[in-house]
Amino acid sequence: MFEIFGVSSQALFGQLLIGLINGSFYALLSLGLAVIFGMLNIINFTHGAQYMLGAFVAIFLLQYAELGYWWALIVAPLVVGATGIVIERLFLRWLYQLDHLYGLLLTFGLALILEGTFRNFFGSSGLPYSVPPSLTGGQNLGFMFLPNYRAWVVAASLAVCLATWFVIERTKLGSYLRAATENPTLVRAFGINVPRMITLTYGFGVGLAGLAGVMAAPIYNVSPQMGANLIIVVFAVVVIGGMGSILGAIVTGFGLGLIEGLTKVFFPEASNTVIFVVMAVVLLIRPAGLFGRST
Amino acid sequence: MVAAAQVGAPATPTRAWSEPVAFAAMVLLLVVLPAFVYPVFLMKALCFALFACAFNLLIGYVGLLSFGHALFFGWAGYVSAHLAKVGQLSFPFWAGGWQWIVIPLPPLPPELAILGGTATAALLGLIVGSIAIRRQGIYFAMITLALAQMMFFFAVQAPFTHGEDGIQAVPRGRLFGLVDLSNQTNMYITVAVIFLASFLMIYRIINSPFGEVLKAIRENEPRAISLGYRTERYKLMAFVLSATFAGVAGATKAIVFQLASLTDVDWPMSGEVILMTLVGGLGTIFGPVVGGFFVVTMENYLTSIGQWVFVVQGSIFVFCVLLFRRGIVGELARHLRVRL
Repeated sequence: MFEIFGVSSQALFGQLLIGLINGSFYALLSLGLAVIFGMLNIINFTHGAQYMLGAFVAIFLLQYAELGYWWALIVAPLVVGATGIVIERLFLRWLYQLDHLYGLLLTFGLALILEGTFRNFFGSSGLPYSVPPSLTGGQNLGFMFLPNYRAWVVAASLAVCLATWFVIERTKLGSYLRAATENPTLVRAFGINVPRMITLTYGFGVGLAGLAGVMAAPIYNVSPQMGANLIIVVFAVVVIGGMGSILGAIVTGFGLGLIEGLTKVFFPEASNTVIFVVMAVVLLIRPAGLFGRST
Repeated sequence: MVAAAQVGAPATPTRAWSEPVAFAAMVLLLVVLPAFVYPVFLMKALCFALFACAFNLLIGYVGLLSFGHALFFGWAGYVSAHLAKVGQLSFPFWAGGWQWIVIPLPPLPPELAILGGTATAALLGLIVGSIAIRRQGIYFAMITLALAQMMFFFAVQAPFTHGEDGIQAVPRGRLFGLVDLSNQTNMYITVAVIFLASFLMIYRIINSPFGEVLKAIRENEPRAISLGYRTERYKLMAFVLSATFAGVAGATKAIVFQLASLTDVDWPMSGEVILMTLVGGLGTIFGPVVGGFFVVTMENYLTSIGQWVFVVQGSIFVFCVLLFRRGIVGELARHLRVRL
């Protein structure tokens, strides 16, 4: 044990770890938002509800099918992604010709419906979801205690983020996607089925939210409103990073998680608001966001 | 980029007889309704209708979607309730440690309390507006939402708001030291006058040269810029005005219900005012009033179904966005071929 600025290393690194974990979720969620916005030109307000849905699917799998965490990690994103595809086909596709704001309003309405339904059946109190047996326990690193599950969450979300970046920026499929973002009409003229790409992109983006929900289930309580407040913070993260760059979304997500963790150590009263303050400062200095192209 | 379909109604040609007639009908209803409907319910509906009108000034006439208007509504309510009940103002400042400047004020009469709440909303509107108008469209909505959430957390933590309890048992007091507002009729007349005066002011703003510039910005901002208008300033002014009228509504509501609570600053309230405006008709003059009455009435009937209220609200959002984008008054105006 040693002290840094009058704070014990245990507390400091503990909070930094929590910051890194929150940052993993910010990164996963803002990545999904950025991918969806790129293709659909819609800010997906339902993202928080879909994250919550992922966590609940994990609980349902355990209760009704006795499928544990690792199954949930595969099944839940597929389920959430499939519901996303249904939502895109039923509702969102009618909005592409309209002002972007209608997309925000529609997905806000969908979020209210989803969260209201779950609140009605499960109340406001959370349900516990236990850490998978293979990831219980932890490592003593000398300066802090590192629970295995938390290390896994940080590593896994980093891996997923980087894989997404790789697919979009470095593969043929990704190049179609980027081309369709720039000029859908031209890409269609080359014989690529752009509407299907849009549908699948939305499914993939919300699938990421479902994955984040499963990973969050053992850390936070699974409750109907777990996504509602988170999504507002993620919006701030997206404003700070700018939605122009995938890597930007990842870096901003992790970075802000760390800043939030540090604030919890040194000025706990501001820990809820620090991300919003950072957002205001960034807007004053660089209105387009840290990684954004000016609009 | 030119957006294919703009938010709000397209410009309708000539000024018609329809607006004065509708206004007269509204005044008549406000006079007659208290004989049939519980006045507290009417006052609540009027406060929300005014809130929606203020919000509509921004979305309907400038095309800016603010997702954080609860901030102005709720904080005006807090300040007005605090001024009416306690009066004393304390501001923290940093001088090597936290110190407090205390301005000893007695509890203020209701007109000054409402004025104080409104001034707070205008100031907050100036601060939030000057940050938020740096980005357009979708970003503007996210920024206002985030800043409102930040001020929500301040409201949770600031001692004077009493956190979860809110400011309770706010005295209604005597208007100008003369009229006793604890009398329900007096309170109703006061609220109705505040509503009508604000409504007329908003109407005047929309139909002034300033309002015409706002509509030009909504239709085509680059063109307005090329014509020499400093659109940033116009947008900021519109934002401050919208925040101010939202403040009037919130401050009045706090006096009427003798309560300021976290519900009024939280994000579902921002969603509710959007719903009211959307249902009534974006960019119509009477739409927000109709929408406000519609939503408040609906919630009044639906109190028994608990959390399903959110599901109902969400479904109305989906329905309006997909099939009913003009809203009640917008559709009515289209069928009657008049301006409303």
